[in-house]
Amino acid sequence: MSPLKIKKGAQSHSAYNLRPNFSDVEERHTLALVVENEPGVLARVIGLYAGRGYNIDSLTVAEVDHTGHLSRITIVTRGTPQAIEQIKAQTGRIISVREIHDLTVEGASVERELAMFKVAGTGDKRVEALRLADIFRANVVDSTLESFVFEITGAPEKIDAFADLMRPLGLIDVARTGVAALSRGS
Amino acid sequence: MTRQMTGAKMIVQALIDQGVDTVFGYPGGAVLPIYDEVFQQNSIKHVLVRHEQGAVHAAEGYARSTGKPGVALVTSGPGATNAVTGLTDALMDSIPIIVLTGQVPTFMIGSDAFQEADTVGITRPCTKHNWLVKETDKLAGVIHEAFHIATSGRPGPVLIDIPKDVQFATGTYTPKATVKSHYQPQLKGDMDAITELVEAMEKAKKPVFYTGGGVINSGPAASQLLRELVEATGFPITSTLMGLGCYPASGDKWLGMLGMHGLYQANMAMHGCDLMINIGARFDDRITGVVEKFSPNSKKAHIDIDPSSINKVIRVDIPIMGDVGHVLEDLLKVWKSRGRKTNSEAVAKWWKQIEEWRAVDCLKYEQKGPVIKPQYALSRLEALTKKYDRYICTEVGQHQMWAAQYIDFEDPNRWMTSGGLGTMGYGFPASIGVQMAHPDALVINVAGEASWLMNMQELGTAMQYALPVKQFILNNERLGMVRQWQELLHGERYSSSWSESLPDFVKLAEAFGAKGILCSDPADLDDAIMEMLNHDGPVLFDCLVEKHENCFPMIPSGKAHNEMIMGEVDTSTAIDAEGKVLV
Repeated sequence: MSPLKIKKGAQSHSAYNLRPNFSDVEERHTLALVVENEPGVLARVIGLYAGRGYNIDSLTVAEVDHTGHLSRITIVTRGTPQAIEQIKAQTGRIISVREIHDLTVEGASVERELAMFKVAGTGDKRVEALRLADIFRANVVDSTLESFVFEITGAPEKIDAFADLMRPLGLIDVARTGVAALSRGS
Repeated sequence: MTRQMTGAKMIVQALIDQGVDTVFGYPGGAVLPIYDEVFQQNSIKHVLVRHEQGAVHAAEGYARSTGKPGVALVTSGPGATNAVTGLTDALMDSIPIIVLTGQVPTFMIGSDAFQEADTVGITRPCTKHNWLVKETDKLAGVIHEAFHIATSGRPGPVLIDIPKDVQFATGTYTPKATVKSHYQPQLKGDMDAITELVEAMEKAKKPVFYTGGGVINSGPAASQLLRELVEATGFPITSTLMGLGCYPASGDKWLGMLGMHGLYQANMAMHGCDLMINIGARFDDRITGVVEKFSPNSKKAHIDIDPSSINKVIRVDIPIMGDVGHVLEDLLKVWKSRGRKTNSEAVAKWWKQIEEWRAVDCLKYEQKGPVIKPQYALSRLEALTKKYDRYICTEVGQHQMWAAQYIDFEDPNRWMTSGGLGTMGYGFPASIGVQMAHPDALVINVAGEASWLMNMQELGTAMQYALPVKQFILNNERLGMVRQWQELLHGERYSSSWSESLPDFVKLAEAFGAKGILCSDPADLDDAIMEMLNHDGPVLFDCLVEKHENCFPMIPSGKAHNEMIMGEVDTSTAIDAEGKVLV
């Protein structure tokens, strides 16, 4: 069983779709890579992206299989369909990349990101920030009389929306983890 | 049975187990234990080069001319950084080489130690894969896997960085047979796609085979299958610079090389075809010209072992991922089983058209006057060496293109040139690698005087090992290709493109103990070439040629295959503003 536990899409069994339908419209794709957890493996991946001029919207990496020395890298990238195919093919050429899956085309998937927001303020703004945090199911993980740190988990769009709301209320710092993604179903 | 030995001994043992007979290298502090082991054995010959770049190009020459991986051994720091050009060259041209570098001891890594460099960091983008081995127990396994990775799939250079303490320490040797690699590229092509290509071939009215270095990398069997396929179908065939020799130049289906300085009939056939069958080529920008106008009316099939080559530059209709040899075998099988059909009437008409293009005779030139034309020099070299067991290397520039145009190749692995990276200084060390692999063959490096000077120190290597490499220098006292582009693009302002203060090449040869020959008169050329061929030892042949000769035909930057410049024209309008920014 693949450590990705991804049910392979019926139409594209491989990340290499050799007969893509080309258009000039940019698409956002979430790629999941299983890589050998060895020194320099992340440098191999990001070096390729930098060297060939590919976009990285977000990138997360962590070991997922300690005994098998495997890590999982989730990359959100952007480009025309031809560029995306090229990105996948070039990434697949890296010897340390054992598997590569395009979650955007291989059936439904779920994406989550964790973020922390520091919001400073007093009076009505402070109350409003707390009220909105509650609506968004954000947790307060630090508090002073003039500030909160909220922790929020969700799809990137939800986090973007929360950031937009916090900005006029005294947002002074943000930390985001980037996207982690899994395919839906068994 | 487990075998204990030092890391240094392990390296030599692993090379022997991999069938290595020759290593090109240069010693230094961080590889002393390895050199000590090399000293104490007789299975592997070590060739001491004069610069690490030379070691890597020599390993490339060895690899290209034998089909076996080449091996280079260099020290840490400057040894490793000097190897970078050769590694990049091998990556671009898919040449299997293994480069072993010494590294400072593991406990000193990161301390800016003497001759320390982040070798795996520096070489990550210019190798197919690389390793820093920090444990002696893992060393042999890594070396065996490195050979597997360098030679499997799309071949390429690999590098193993070995700290000095790992070389000294004792560990367990991992035998070759026990090493299992996760890297197992797919060799067989998809049968549905192959059948689709056969159907297209049956119907094609104006087909053309567009072949490349992938045929040669796939091995001699692939070249044989290609020849069988071409003869059986009667389709015309052209090749990239890297693929010369996969189909014999004497074959009547041969159109000659295509591309920027390719032959008229080859480029016109590519432009006008209705079925393009790309076999192991990669739609390089030297081949396609401007992409938007590339072969506008053809169905395109592409056989390549590397999925990233497919649809990278040119969108294709029939992609086939697999090894050329395996795919051609299946292709022939399917085509034969379906009754060996082609649209022979239409193909005959296509050939009539091609013969008209061929009749233009785009390589014609006139040798008149007292100065040798470079084309004439190469035509004579071709005529006088045709009968020999011959290997040709080149440097990079005009002479390289003329060599590709005027020298005929009958077999694969006979032509060593830097295609992708375009490395001036490649040819001389490469010729040394070729001669080491083929001691009795005639090895000629066709060079320009500027390229040759870039690695001229290797004359010492050629002398030391009595390698009778022939350096055939077309000396125009110019960086000819740069000068040509300045003429076409920059108003004939020849900025730094002449070779000032050139050495006397005859005296230079003699200073190394080699033979030097100077030839400036067309009437003396044949005798001078014969003198070079008859001398048993390295020869530096200084052939003074026409200084402002341009290399034609040429697809100017930003133009299509059917917009070639055939000869001296009003060059001010040959390239437009858009083309100027291209290289």
